[in-house]
Amino acid sequence: MTDWLTLSPEEWTAVRLSLIVATTAMLASLPLGLALGLLLARGRFWGKSLLDAVIHMPLILPPVVTGYLLLIGFGRRGPIGEFLYDWFGIVLSFRWTGAALACAVMGFPLMVRAIRLSIEAVDRKLESAAGTLGASPIWVFLVVTLPLCLPGIIAGMILCFAKAMGEFGATITFVSNIPGETQTLPTAIYTFTQVPGGDAGAMRLTLISIAISVAALFLSELMARIVGRRIAVE
Amino acid sequence: MTDVLDIAVRHRLGDFTLVSSFTSDGRLTALFGSSGSGKTSLVNVIGGLIRPDSGHVRVDGETLVDTERGIFLPKHRRRIGYVFQEARLFPHLTVRQNLLFGHWFVPRPQRRPAELDKVLELLGIGHLLHRRPGALSGGEKQRVAIGRALLAQPRLLLMDEPLAALDEARKAEILPHIERLRDEVGIPIVYVSHALAEVARLATTVAVIENGRVAACGPTADILSRPDLAARPGAPEASSLLTAEVAGFDEAFGLARLTTPAGPLTIARGTLLQGQRIKIRILASDVMLSLDRLSEISALNVLSGSVAEIGERSGLGGSTVHLRVACGEAKLAARLTAKSVALLGLQPGKPVHAVIKSVSVEMP
Repeated sequence: MTDWLTLSPEEWTAVRLSLIVATTAMLASLPLGLALGLLLARGRFWGKSLLDAVIHMPLILPPVVTGYLLLIGFGRRGPIGEFLYDWFGIVLSFRWTGAALACAVMGFPLMVRAIRLSIEAVDRKLESAAGTLGASPIWVFLVVTLPLCLPGIIAGMILCFAKAMGEFGATITFVSNIPGETQTLPTAIYTFTQVPGGDAGAMRLTLISIAISVAALFLSELMARIVGRRIAVE
Repeated sequence: MTDVLDIAVRHRLGDFTLVSSFTSDGRLTALFGSSGSGKTSLVNVIGGLIRPDSGHVRVDGETLVDTERGIFLPKHRRRIGYVFQEARLFPHLTVRQNLLFGHWFVPRPQRRPAELDKVLELLGIGHLLHRRPGALSGGEKQRVAIGRALLAQPRLLLMDEPLAALDEARKAEILPHIERLRDEVGIPIVYVSHALAEVARLATTVAVIENGRVAACGPTADILSRPDLAARPGAPEASSLLTAEVAGFDEAFGLARLTTPAGPLTIARGTLLQGQRIKIRILASDVMLSLDRLSEISALNVLSGSVAEIGERSGLGGSTVHLRVACGEAKLAARLTAKSVALLGLQPGKPVHAVIKSVSVEMP
């Protein structure tokens, strides 16, 4: 029985890689997500709905299509991939960094949406009150807007993380399914289901997936509650 | 001497045009007018929340806005405290953090140590320091908002109907604090209100706002008693505002004798103290005029004087006339029917006796 529950080294690698990929995807997309959330919530410019549509595209497109587009654009021969390699020596295709990029792209719409909604919910009267008290627009954003929409930002980060943990189609298309390099939880489970006698491994990873998802959800609830109760700035 | 306030602006908001100019050197300037008359827009122009199409805003001789010279100081650099109708406290900060919010943003060279204790005492909010805005009553929130604006070291304090959202008991709780603010702190105040009682009690100078225009501007007592303003449709009734001193008491009947610039008056003693200085208000409709000195009449207060000015006929069918009577050093507003004015043959300079039916004490 204990044997049945013990993870093999390959499975551990998949779990660890998944966590690293998802965390990287979440943190790397946060600055841009925040900027675009703010732009969509507050900005008034030509092409706003177009930008909105482009950001939401990965949510609507089949993940395989997104993965294929990434392969075309960011592959070693792709225009962006070639540029990144020539100038910075960065290779994304078939590396874990590529998996993080795919996950970030897939989770991005969810993050931007949550941040945008929370910024739109901030009472602008509070911001003008802060302005009359001498706070410049940047300070108003830092000490009023940001703390007030922090619960929404946390929710967006968790959503992005959860999406990244479960990402399959775009990842496998863009960076394939290489054990130890790009094999994340979902692709590992998929591999197990494709070989005879892989049921036990698939089940173990499935249980871990469930545990991580529940933990992430619980954590986000907890943080949102703490932040909602008291956000102290001084 | 430069005026505390010098404002002349023109601004379009949809169908509404704000064309207002006035100057004031009062300690508390009230912008008085009905809802939708443009008072809040005017205050927002002063506070920097609205950028006017053209015009200028000068406070204490410093130009904050001058469209001709291309000057527009953003709101966070004006050092103008703004107390909004809804307190607008920051929900994520404690009362203490709210109070000190503005102090932190005062530029270093100008920053004085925060006079937190003084402000807490002035507004009676010391016991609230560690609470959060969600746990405060409406009156408490508004007092914290006033304290927050004060601690930002403003050169001018704007108050946009700070009492409008409160019930009578809460208003009574805050009014004395605003009076102390006016008399003790020395920061000029612009106070927006549509309530005549508040204006009569607080203001030293009144600007009457109508349809985005300043219809009149001057000392409170003069503006409140002016016949031409009272004759306008929808205008509140004219009244006379007098400062009075309690000179003595009629113990047998529970009355107090007052000396006023208009002459001696007798009112119910209430809780008045010997030598106390108070403000009293007499409504124009509570004043009757008589050519003879009446001896057998129930009214205790009869002042002698002469007609100073007679306004135009107003009201439905032109039945009403507002006038002012010079009594001693003051002018009393009276409202009569046009017929009475004709029957008595009233004209400027004619000696009359003013019979006062009722006196209200504005500030005990």
